[in-house]
Amino acid sequence: MALIETRQLTKVYHLGETEVRALAGVSVDVTEGEFVAVMGPSGSGKSTFMNLIGCLDVPTSGEYRFNGEDVAGLSTDALAGIRNRSIGFVFQQFNLLPRTSALANVELPLLYGGVPPAERRERAQRTLEQVGLATRADHHPAQLSGGQQQRVAIARALVNDPKLILADEPTGALDSMTSLEVMALLQQLNRDDGITIVLVTHEHDVAKFTSRLLTFRDGKLVSDTRNPPADAAAALAARRAEDSTVSA
Amino acid sequence: MSFFATLRVALAALRVNKLRSALTMLGIIIGVGAVITMVAVGAGAQARVEDQIKSLGSNLIIVLSGNFTAGGARQGSGTQLTITEDDAYAMMREVQGVQVAAPILRGSSQVVFGNSNWATQIQGTSPEYLETRQWEVGSGKAFDQSQVDASAKVVLLGQTVARSLFGEADPVGETVRIRRVPHTVIGVLERKGQSMVGQDQDDTVLIPITTARKRVLGGQQVKSRNVGSITVRVRDGADMATTEQEMRDLMRQRHKLAANQEDDFFLRNLSEVLAAQEASSKVLAYLLAAIASVSLVVGGIGIMNIMLVSVTERTREIGLRMAVGARGRDILTQFLVEAVTLALIGGLIGIVIGAIASMAVGQFAGWRTEVSIASVVLAVGFSGAIGVFFGFYPARTASRLAPIDALRHE
Repeated sequence: MALIETRQLTKVYHLGETEVRALAGVSVDVTEGEFVAVMGPSGSGKSTFMNLIGCLDVPTSGEYRFNGEDVAGLSTDALAGIRNRSIGFVFQQFNLLPRTSALANVELPLLYGGVPPAERRERAQRTLEQVGLATRADHHPAQLSGGQQQRVAIARALVNDPKLILADEPTGALDSMTSLEVMALLQQLNRDDGITIVLVTHEHDVAKFTSRLLTFRDGKLVSDTRNPPADAAAALAARRAEDSTVSA
Repeated sequence: MSFFATLRVALAALRVNKLRSALTMLGIIIGVGAVITMVAVGAGAQARVEDQIKSLGSNLIIVLSGNFTAGGARQGSGTQLTITEDDAYAMMREVQGVQVAAPILRGSSQVVFGNSNWATQIQGTSPEYLETRQWEVGSGKAFDQSQVDASAKVVLLGQTVARSLFGEADPVGETVRIRRVPHTVIGVLERKGQSMVGQDQDDTVLIPITTARKRVLGGQQVKSRNVGSITVRVRDGADMATTEQEMRDLMRQRHKLAANQEDDFFLRNLSEVLAAQEASSKVLAYLLAAIASVSLVVGGIGIMNIMLVSVTERTREIGLRMAVGARGRDILTQFLVEAVTLALIGGLIGIVIGAIASMAVGQFAGWRTEVSIASVVLAVGFSGAIGVFFGFYPARTASRLAPIDALRHE
């Protein structure tokens, strides 16, 4: 079943007198369980596309059905509800709350979902375990490395058991080794838990770990290709072996 | 999201930036502290006026001898004593609103003890006098009716007289001479302080009215029962104006005055003077409170300022909260609760500081101050309202941000 269904999705911004067609009629379906990379130069409309499918913004025209539900006519509160229940976000800059523990950061979506405190804590702790940060629950973002911060952010995206994770250049602020770690984690979530992931990236090195590649240019979808994904965990293991040989 | 959860989020946000929260609160602390202190000073001044009124007797009516017309020439008031001791007793008997009435014969003389002497006012009166003035005997006891009937040579000394003649020693039982007549001191009056016009009320001695007439002040009186004035205490709860009118009617009747004749007496009371004083102290209290509230408003603007800065600075945080499911009203509540919490905590600290400052003012300036429960309740309520009022605009600004713009904010 198609989790994401768009038909002639269009978004027009007005910058003073000029009209900017950020997205000019995109029709695409993403099935549950897919791992999709979105690429394109800046200004190609890929960010606008992400905002629309993430229910952060509404289209000027066209249709968008998320999980079978028509999203175009919903109120901002209803959109907030969908984001809260069904979509997890991962950002390039992590966007963790400063001077707030990793656990509290992960709890945030549950807080707005009205989950009682005890259950909130328990689920957040479990999700932190899932991303391998159980022992860092009480650390503040400033006390964590970039990779660890991104894993906290991924835990935050995961905590509500979403159908879809939207990752906006999740490796953009990380070094190549940490990027591999993050990609391995995302692959594992996609493979083992069946979570649909849509990821925006500039790097082919990142995109090669996904199974489908959407390319945007000038607000249009220009190519849609499917490839067998490379194994990020294996690549990570290989890099680690290489590094230990060099240092030895 | 429950209110309790919102409160926790707001408190956590305030804890994250402790210094800023403290500085923001400072405005409200100073504002509330100033209001509490100023209101306390104002209330203290008012209480002092009220005490003064009580000590002078706001429900006193003084009957004075009035005009006396001799052969067509109107003489000055008090040149002849037109009122009598019996007028006083009649008023007590017949006017419902009168609690007690005491006739007074006044004169002045040296009071001599051993080789020291002191010029003071001699008041010959009845035992009711002390009740009319609400005056207590400090040591010893007052004279009673039997001593008045017997024209006993006894005297009650005012504090000033007692100190001038006896120093720290106890005068009770000693003998003083007033116009060469020896009197036994049977008591010393409590300290009464100054009157409204600055007269020392303790510079006096009281003797039975009969003694005064026959042995001390006698000779200058025309008729044997006449007195200079009558002090009347009106019953608590009785209407001053009605009582005054009834007294006037009774006096005119007793003095057999025809409808076209003027009163041969005066009725005086202090309530008007006191009302004016009370009104002016009230104006002072309001003025002080008004000035202090200005600083409270300034404190509120400080909260708004900081909240606006905070909204701008935390735009990305707001965007993130919205991305993970916060609705506009969750954000609105969070920022509103932050503002109100700042204002309320500031208000509570302000109350403590205000109370301490009031005590300090009382201590060092020697002013009387009174921290009232009402001003505390008002200050807390007002600072809460300030939090809502000045917090609403920034909170609404935050809640109306579009999530994508907020997330991209640099």
